[in-house]
Amino acid sequence: MPFEGVDFYDMDSLLSEEERAVRDMVREWVEDNVIPIIGECYVEGRFPRELVPKMGELGFMGANLPEEYGCAGLNNVAYGLINQELERGDSGIRSFASVQGSLVMYPIFEFGTEEHRKEWLPKLASGEKIGCFGLTEPDFGSNPGGMITTARKTDDGWLINGAKMWITSGSMADVAIIWAQTGEIGDAKGIRGFVVPTDARGFTAKDQKGKLSLRASDTSELVLEDVHVSEEALMPKSGGLKSPLKCLTQARYGIAWGGLGAAMACYDEAVSYSKNRVMFDKPIGGFQLQQARLADMLTEITKGQLLALQLGRLKDAGTMTPQQVSLAKRNNVNLAAEAARETRRLLGANGILAEYQAMRHMANIESVYTYEGTHDIHTLILGQEITGISAFS
Amino acid sequence: MGDQLKIAVLVKRVPDSEARIKIDSGSGGIDPASVKFVVNPYDEYAVEEALALKEKAGEGEVVVISLGADSSQETLRSALAMGADRGVLLKTENAPTDPFAAAQILAAELEDGGFDLILSGKLAIDDYHHATGIIVAELLGLPGVSAASGLTVESGKGSAEREIEGGVEVVDFQLPAVVTCDKGLNEPRYPALKGIMMAKKKPLEVKDVTPADSGVEVVGLDLPPARPEGRIVGEGVDGVAPLIAALQQEAKVL
Repeated sequence: MPFEGVDFYDMDSLLSEEERAVRDMVREWVEDNVIPIIGECYVEGRFPRELVPKMGELGFMGANLPEEYGCAGLNNVAYGLINQELERGDSGIRSFASVQGSLVMYPIFEFGTEEHRKEWLPKLASGEKIGCFGLTEPDFGSNPGGMITTARKTDDGWLINGAKMWITSGSMADVAIIWAQTGEIGDAKGIRGFVVPTDARGFTAKDQKGKLSLRASDTSELVLEDVHVSEEALMPKSGGLKSPLKCLTQARYGIAWGGLGAAMACYDEAVSYSKNRVMFDKPIGGFQLQQARLADMLTEITKGQLLALQLGRLKDAGTMTPQQVSLAKRNNVNLAAEAARETRRLLGANGILAEYQAMRHMANIESVYTYEGTHDIHTLILGQEITGISAFS
Repeated sequence: MGDQLKIAVLVKRVPDSEARIKIDSGSGGIDPASVKFVVNPYDEYAVEEALALKEKAGEGEVVVISLGADSSQETLRSALAMGADRGVLLKTENAPTDPFAAAQILAAELEDGGFDLILSGKLAIDDYHHATGIIVAELLGLPGVSAASGLTVESGKGSAEREIEGGVEVVDFQLPAVVTCDKGLNEPRYPALKGIMMAKKKPLEVKDVTPADSGVEVVGLDLPPARPEGRIVGEGVDGVAPLIAALQQEAKVL
């Protein structure tokens, strides 16, 4: 049976025909192209790069950016649904598309010059070029404002020095959006963004070895040693830490939908398994403990769907706040983690195999729980929003 | 005829073959709320073939035509998203289940369209008639080729391959013609996101039609009987003898 989604509350009736068409197309593509290979890719620790040209051709990357730059110009709900369906396949595929669209194409569109846009956006949309986003550093994760990567003005450009860690697509990228301190270390306002070609002298990327999560994804460390870039590499409209955070709001929005995709994949697998697996002479779905698992999963997925959809409508209306995104990312990734773990358990010993999806999603979601603002940081963002008191400082 | 190819494609909205059909106790037909509807898969081959032929010719027009209720607009827009140029809905809430009555309406629409080629699926997976496209050819007085699994068109002529028992039949024909499409003809493309966005801007004309009285009436639908539960005749080596006996005496397949 191909995946048919989870729709207990007739969510489809809240989507436009176009939004459903987008969702159905991506769903079918994932079914045909990702599901058959992803278990093996995961075990091999390989990102299926061969899928990128087709993802580009179909318009998955930066799908909510304007058509004049080769993008599809979708609304944000349709964009969210793409993320949901890609993550139904694997978080690594969704992460790739999120980084390319929300963390590379979006900042170029938002903070770059018209030349940056024209040079990079069509090629990034088509998948001809791959991008990565360098904000996190080995010692500055949840506190990116403290970064020690610096960009110093020279006569004809900038000299960048530093290291970036946990960079999705880092080793295969043609271009990196590098965030660097142009002023005093610790001055959040001094942080600016640079469009850095990865073939620049002094730029190296090293694959992160030993991952037990996101194995079908390229995660790398970037080292920039006296990387000299031209004056034009600076994205002029980037200014301060709020610029990269604005990118992260975009990506986190997509992740709120992505979490649903992983959860729906697991729930679908759990339902199917519980009906077919016979123990004590009846399908295990007939036992109360498994039914409780399934009922909890369906409840949380349904709540998460309504949350994501309304967040998307707010984003399309232009009224969405970063705090609302924090709530959705925190909630939906958490429900995905729960759904994946409970499915893994429901599947018994089979649940540890790559042949099934649950443990792959379970391990992936641990990364998603931690990246793009950890679960805990989003808790504190909400705490600050509620009380007006920051727990960070 | 120059390089321009004007192609009509007949498409039908049908229940997804994966859907678990429920029969509506009131109407006796399929309960539409119970199923997801899709473009008839064989019609997707026809759309893909039309788009590929147009792309190869360099110029032309692909018009998708559907007979059905207002909901068939979605079916037409799926074809427009794949790349068809415009759509025509022949709208009726009482679409005939009789292929002759359906073909009459379609033929009337196609008659003065100036099409070089009319394509459709070889059958619709909801009623399995295998008939509508070929009756359209008959009504229009055009060559009709059914179940093509290969198709080439050049200089006003066409050639189609048909899979027959144990081999392939090749038929040549003059354009204009009607060809119904089989699996194996091509691999339908996914509609790209830009295509989906563009689909709503493409012309989609809705024409009300009134089907003629049909000579055939569907009086009932029945789901297949539930399969009897399986039975374990024995385990391991001990199961071999009773299994052979059951296959011989009950199933009578040995």
